[in-house]
Amino acid sequence: MEITARSLWTLVHGMGFGALYLLACSGALMELYRFTTSSPSVESTTGQERFFKVYLLAMVVLAWAAVLTGAYVIYPWYRAASSPATTDVSMFPQRLLMSSPTTSGWHSFGMEWKEHVAWFAPISITMVTFVFIRYGRGLKNYRKLRTAVLSFAVASFVTAGIAGFFGAMINKYAPVRGGHTIQLSQGEKK
Amino acid sequence: MNTPDIPASSNAITLTNGSGAASILAAGVGSFALAVLACVGDKAAAVENKLIFYKPTGPLSGVTTSAILIWLLTWGILEWRWRKRTVAAGRVSAIALALLGLSLLMTFPPVVDLF
Repeated sequence: MEITARSLWTLVHGMGFGALYLLACSGALMELYRFTTSSPSVESTTGQERFFKVYLLAMVVLAWAAVLTGAYVIYPWYRAASSPATTDVSMFPQRLLMSSPTTSGWHSFGMEWKEHVAWFAPISITMVTFVFIRYGRGLKNYRKLRTAVLSFAVASFVTAGIAGFFGAMINKYAPVRGGHTIQLSQGEKK
Repeated sequence: MNTPDIPASSNAITLTNGSGAASILAAGVGSFALAVLACVGDKAAAVENKLIFYKPTGPLSGVTTSAILIWLLTWGILEWRWRKRTVAAGRVSAIALALLGLSLLMTFPPVVDLF
């Protein structure tokens, strides 16, 4: 079993940072809603509040790690230009997608949307985290701020979902390949 | 809508809403800056070339770096101005959400193609 360095980076970016962030979003949205709308009878403890602040900070790290690895590690491999003489474009994902009308939309629509919309996720979740750290459970007393914070948190989830979906589909039709091969395990001989 | 967002609970800690409002508006401004830069970069070749801060990533590097700088700068200025103030949080939140909505629209490829 082996994997190339570029595939490993794609896994780290998508399955590591991106998918973990999306998983964390569902919990964050529930907890944000609970912390900021619950009645005094179901008051959360200080320990729960501290845990949630750390949870949000971890989400900020995941979101920034996902967009930065995407833009500065994987995207250059994706958009690398092939020489005009190259006939085999399988090592050039963008060119591979654009080479057929049945796949060009994954670039012209999918990647064009993903590469920009993904950045709203870290910007939004950084703001959400800052506001929650600043106000904590008291945020429920600032109704207008709370509404905006919850809306940005939902936007962060949706935009990360769009980026994740197109990332997965683009990698399915035109995977980022190359780099040195990493041997993960030795297969059994038949 | 433009009334200050004061704590609803009488025993709430008296923190002003300025800091929260500043970060919310800055997030809206940062998102909108990213959308505008992406849109302009896509339509004007001269701008597109100027946005190439890191060649392997292309104009995306300039779009995102500039937008992040605008976001952080806006946040810093608003935080400095509003930190100890109570502001019209309803209006600020509405503007921030409108900017976010516009940003989502302006990064949607079929909408970008209309320009």
